Amino acid sequence: MGPTLDFLTLLPYASELLQGLTTTVMLTVVTTLTGLTLAVAVAYLRVNGQPWVRWGLSGYVEVTRNTPFIVQLFFIFFGLPGLGIKIDAITAAFIAMTLNLAAYSAEILRAGISATAKGQLEAGRALGMTTLQSYRHVVLVPAFARVYPALISQSIIVMLGSAVVSQISVFDLTYAANFIQSRNFRSFEVYLLITLVYLLLAFGMRRSFMLVGKRVFAYQQGEQR
Amino acid sequence: MTLVYVDNVHKAFGDLEVLKGINLSVAQGEVVAIIGRSGSGKSTLLRCLNQLEKHDSGKITIADKQLDAASMSPKELSENVGMVFQSFNLFPHKTVGENVCLAPLVVRGEGKTEVEKIAREVLEKVGLSDKYDSYPAQLSGGQQQRVAIARALAMRPKVLLCDEVTSALDPELVGEVLRVLEALAAEGMTLILVTHEMGFARDVADRVVFMHQGRIHEEGAPSELFSNPQTPELKQFISAVL
Repeated sequence: MGPTLDFLTLLPYASELLQGLTTTVMLTVVTTLTGLTLAVAVAYLRVNGQPWVRWGLSGYVEVTRNTPFIVQLFFIFFGLPGLGIKIDAITAAFIAMTLNLAAYSAEILRAGISATAKGQLEAGRALGMTTLQSYRHVVLVPAFARVYPALISQSIIVMLGSAVVSQISVFDLTYAANFIQSRNFRSFEVYLLITLVYLLLAFGMRRSFMLVGKRVFAYQQGEQR
Repeated sequence: MTLVYVDNVHKAFGDLEVLKGINLSVAQGEVVAIIGRSGSGKSTLLRCLNQLEKHDSGKITIADKQLDAASMSPKELSENVGMVFQSFNLFPHKTVGENVCLAPLVVRGEGKTEVEKIAREVLEKVGLSDKYDSYPAQLSGGQQQRVAIARALAMRPKVLLCDEVTSALDPELVGEVLRVLEALAAEGMTLILVTHEMGFARDVADRVVFMHQGRIHEEGAPSELFSNPQTPELKQFISAVL
């Protein structure tokens, strides 16, 4: 008799799976919002901030983009207590994911901002707007629209990367799977299942982003002539 | 009454001296057309008038107030000087109405109902009141430029600067924009236009200023200037463009 698939063996662990799924979704939703918001601030300040602010932020962006996510996570969770900063696992996961998404997205956004026609900023200035007002009302939405597909992908990458937070015992989807297969030894079934769940989450995320984009960037529909 | 006064203004980009001492005064209600070859400094002069370029030396005053960062805030400047660009520069993600309302709301801090009323008035003036809820991408170039004019007017500037506002338009759309400017001129709006539309300069402008190599080379009433140019440079320019 060859190997058999028995998904019913996972049924007793439904509540663990659900808890894991909830954590993953919750972490993703919150960090996507905070990460992208922080990215806007970072992108703005990297262009318009004081020299020392620009310098500091380049440091943050470069360190984040050139080191492994798991090391960043370990540094925050295991490293920072050495400085007397103690953070619980879920908060550490939240901070690491936010900082990671913000660093990458800030670079993506910066490209979108610099592609915005100089004329748009001049029009803002000619109308008496400050740089901050011009960014807020004139530059931001078209810049977002321009790089939106890249931002969607980046957010999905961070969602998928969140599997790593199971390593600091955050009870996410991957942690649930590890936990279940250590009890019932049905590793094939459980990992197949969560693979499908991650796949669906990624599809769902892309779809939700597209729906939001269609509303927010509705102005572009007239451009397709 | 002198509204815009330019006194010995110089401007250089690096080693390139673009304005070599400009003197110009524009009266309230006057329409001044600035003509000249590309590179003669006419756009730079216009951009100095609303400080998109800061002049290096000399003095510019608008309604007797000096125009520099120390004596005039961006808000105050925008209430004195409006500008319309060659490439429209409308905000693509905002409707026509929102384009027009944005600066009065954000910069002047006026109330929404009042601003919307003004927006409808200025859009009526440029003949586009039915496009209030359209997006720029849904409009023709001529319509977009008229929205840009309305957007500038919504700040109720004392003088409107027009930087080659018909140069990016298809020939058949030029007329509708020029008619709007003509109507503004007839209403007594002070206009300073950099233009390649010699017909318009001749018919509508009170005065034509010919710039050459960073200086005002010749100026005068359009009838005189076009029919009886004094300098060889202007003669050559006119024969080239007419």
